[in-house]
Amino acid sequence: MKRVVITGAGTINALGQDVPATLEAMREGRCGIGELEFRDVERLAIRIGGQVKGFEPETVFNRQQLALYDRFTQFTLLAARQAVAQAGLEFVGDLANTSGVVLGTSGGGLSTQDDNYRAVYEEGKNRVHPFVVPKLMNNAATSHVSMEFNVKGPSFTVATACASSNHAMGQAFQMIRTGMCTAMITGGSESMLCFGGVKAWEGLRVMSKDACRPFSATRNGMVQGEGAGVFVFEEYEHAKARGAEILGEVLGFAMTSDAADIVMPSKHGAARAISGALRDARVSRERVSYINAHGTGTAANDKTECAAVADVFGTHADNLMISSTKSMHGHLIGGTGAVELLACLMALKDGVIAPTIGYEEADPECALDVVPNVAREAEVDVVLSNAFAFGGLNAVLVLGRA
Amino acid sequence: MTKCPAILDKRGAEVMDVKEQVIQIIAEQAMLDVSDVAMESTPEELGIDSLGLVESIFAIEEQFDISVPFNANDPSESDFDISSVAKIVEGIEKLIAEQKS
Repeated sequence: MKRVVITGAGTINALGQDVPATLEAMREGRCGIGELEFRDVERLAIRIGGQVKGFEPETVFNRQQLALYDRFTQFTLLAARQAVAQAGLEFVGDLANTSGVVLGTSGGGLSTQDDNYRAVYEEGKNRVHPFVVPKLMNNAATSHVSMEFNVKGPSFTVATACASSNHAMGQAFQMIRTGMCTAMITGGSESMLCFGGVKAWEGLRVMSKDACRPFSATRNGMVQGEGAGVFVFEEYEHAKARGAEILGEVLGFAMTSDAADIVMPSKHGAARAISGALRDARVSRERVSYINAHGTGTAANDKTECAAVADVFGTHADNLMISSTKSMHGHLIGGTGAVELLACLMALKDGVIAPTIGYEEADPECALDVVPNVAREAEVDVVLSNAFAFGGLNAVLVLGRA
Repeated sequence: MTKCPAILDKRGAEVMDVKEQVIQIIAEQAMLDVSDVAMESTPEELGIDSLGLVESIFAIEEQFDISVPFNANDPSESDFDISSVAKIVEGIEKLIAEQKS
């Protein structure tokens, strides 16, 4: 089996429009959640989110590109450019043929759908732009990345709601580990912050109107975010031979299905994913010092996740740190695991654990060290990234130091 | 679920009162006969889970054209009391009075 390392990272999210800005915000425990700004927002009951502000796509993409790029594709391309530039890879010849793109998203081109449904239903228009379909399709971002970087190997998009990115990155990891590919561009993207996108979530009544406070007894729901996280995963010997900087190593991955409920999480499904990932990585649970939690800030997720962690780690659960950065950037749904992987890399590389901000009051059902409100310095060896999706689909990654 | 139609008399006035309409919505959600829905029952006793509760609240909002302050994260912490059918009816009558006045 080949070893898999990360040699490039890129992002755009509510905390920053690149990796250094995002990590700085995480270190400072800054909140990127604020008032939503888009058409018809006054008709929503939920008006906050981790929205990307100050981003002007016209300054990055030309008119022809904008006609084809939904906001989720724009986010993806921006993050992918940063990641590929950092990795310093040029996809030509054999490398192009043995490299692929696997990205996660849940809503795909949701704002393109929203705009065009509005045009035909509300405004009564009978004609839509010719590129609506190629712009809204879930695989649009993956395809544009493969075109921009000449990546010609196995490429596809994964949609497993809130676990999309972790499933995508897990797949990319396995494709390199088995020798199928040399390098993969992977991660995920989401842009659901439009009227229809938020209205649909509002219906479920699990959204907070004021803040995302994971693990706090005062938590009252999730807050949506948007953006992308994209990474270059690379076969270790290939990266070493060319002297690439290694940001971290992907050690293991596991996925499970609760086979239980379409929205309620299961402790057993989560625990099986966590223990399965540790087994896959062949690391003992005592070596895990940090978990980037799914930590949505809903009553159900946070207590179930803590119970699963306690089950898997036993007494070691009291020694490890677990934090949810969703408190800062919001829940990026299909892109969330990718942005959260940045916190894992920061823990491994810089020895800084991102905090769970908004933490007000201890909840006996979440009695773990959730790194409340303030980042912490700690030397860590092995970290985990949890993602537990609606539909009961769980995906957990294990990462180690370079 | 289908919207529960208001039953009107010839002059267009509603024959069913709020209580009857709420019971009908809850019965439909629980897949029970209206006669099996006791006022003191909790949604849980009627077999309505969290998702069923959210759906019932939606049907009630549609039926009475009101907005119900209900957070599925922690229903017991919501401003709206859902501890029994009677409490739900009481709460809805109050909301109708507030929001329709």
